[in-house]
Amino acid sequence: MSNSDYIIEIKDLHKYFGSIKAVDGVNINIERSKVVVVIGPSGSGKSTLLRCINHLEEPTSGEVWIDGEKITHAAKQINEIRAEIGMVFQLFNLFPHLTAMENVTLAQKVVRGRSKEEAKQIAMEKLQRVGIPEKADVYPTNLSGGQQQRVAIARALAMDPKIMLFDEPTSALDPEMIKEVLDVMLDLAQEGMTMVCVSHEMGFVRSAADEVIFMDFGKIVEHTTPDGLFNNPQKDRTKLFLSQILEH
Amino acid sequence: MSEQLQTLEPIITVDDLSSKRRLRDLPWWLFAILLIAVYVVFIISSNENYNKAFVFIKAGLYITVTTTLKSFLIALIFGLLAGLGRISKNVVINNIARFYVEIIRGIPILVLIFFIALVGVPVLVDGLNTFGYWLADNGVGFLGKVFTAVTNKDISMNSRAIIALAVTYGAYLAEIFRAGIQSIVKGQTEAARSLGMSYGQAMRYVILPQAIRNVLPALGNDFVAMVKDSSLVSVLAVRDITQVSRLYAGSTFRFRESYIVLAVMYLTITVVLSLLVQLVERRLKTHE
Repeated sequence: MSNSDYIIEIKDLHKYFGSIKAVDGVNINIERSKVVVVIGPSGSGKSTLLRCINHLEEPTSGEVWIDGEKITHAAKQINEIRAEIGMVFQLFNLFPHLTAMENVTLAQKVVRGRSKEEAKQIAMEKLQRVGIPEKADVYPTNLSGGQQQRVAIARALAMDPKIMLFDEPTSALDPEMIKEVLDVMLDLAQEGMTMVCVSHEMGFVRSAADEVIFMDFGKIVEHTTPDGLFNNPQKDRTKLFLSQILEH
Repeated sequence: MSEQLQTLEPIITVDDLSSKRRLRDLPWWLFAILLIAVYVVFIISSNENYNKAFVFIKAGLYITVTTTLKSFLIALIFGLLAGLGRISKNVVINNIARFYVEIIRGIPILVLIFFIALVGVPVLVDGLNTFGYWLADNGVGFLGKVFTAVTNKDISMNSRAIIALAVTYGAYLAEIFRAGIQSIVKGQTEAARSLGMSYGQAMRYVILPQAIRNVLPALGNDFVAMVKDSSLVSVLAVRDITQVSRLYAGSTFRFRESYIVLAVMYLTITVVLSLLVQLVERRLKTHE
């Protein structure tokens, strides 16, 4: 057993793609109900790190512990563990052959073994929560980007996850749709969901994040609070990055 | 006079262009085929020799249709399994699937039909029989009976032909399924897996429904091809329309009548089926 104060523990994690070190020796402990935002330039390994948390990427070495269970190289229980970790993708990845409602009920039925009625009822709750119950019977192609992303969030929430991972959830959205997704995320954060987000929405960092991790070249450059990041960045690399994204 | 012409000319040109284009876009090839079909139908109804040939050959239609349908249904299963095997990360499964596909695709269909029906099936059945006798000798007679119940004598040439066509087409359909599955973006699998679905569940509920929809036209085309290739089973003396035509031509020396009727029969079936496939394809596109 490891220390269960932490819901996510990442120990000396390495992930190489050939000779490219996407994640290069990362250690992070995340407490329950914390919102952690990972920032950094593209190619810095943020997304790979996130994908190692639910084992979508198999780490080259190191350990990932979720709620006291080691998931690295534990292929058998990986499906059970993944069901506890919701993930939201940059490109939504809704199932195009299913309606919004069916997108949200599928895994509930197949993975959680819920009855059709129960799954539908929960799906409706979640769709209401993300603000689009009226789109339940609409196919993803007929939804806007913001609506698709909100359905994707509802789909993840319907599994009653302990942790939510967000992989650049607003990067593929038109500017006017970013807010509707961020509002939902903010809501979640306030309700005490443990969240790990790869995002460059500095507004979200300010208002919702408990911790910020700045990554570069697969390594953690700085692990701090939003206040520490904006007002007192320690490393030159962090300052440079901040000046680049906050300039305009 | 000249004024009139001047005012008329542009109107004519516009009309002319669109009607010309309309004429060009008409499916003339289809009209030609229909014309041939109608002409042959006319000959069959009016000419006694053609009529006799048609009535005789028609008797093979049932075998042609059932052989094709049965083979294709089995081939779909083989194809889906082999297609899944081709993309499997399991080295053994992957190589077995690849082995199957490459062997089949490297041998002419005619040779495969001879081989599977006259070598493959008998050797396999003999092997199973021998295994059954061995089991019986070793005191598990009830199990042995399962393997000795069917002998080579019990397997008709028609069944062997169906097996041969199914095994052959399974390899071709495997590549269609493989391509269809691989055409679904990786994010779909990742989304399904991130929700806790197993590989099999992700395949069944998320990937395959999309992949199969994408490959429906390709499957349809292969079905049409199989109708034509079903003529090859005539080499096993299975009495499909090709075999029946050969028998009729051989006994009456009416080659012209036999093979014209035969060719038009195939043509009618394949053209109708191809048009259906196109229709399905168009409907799938508009529903996207």
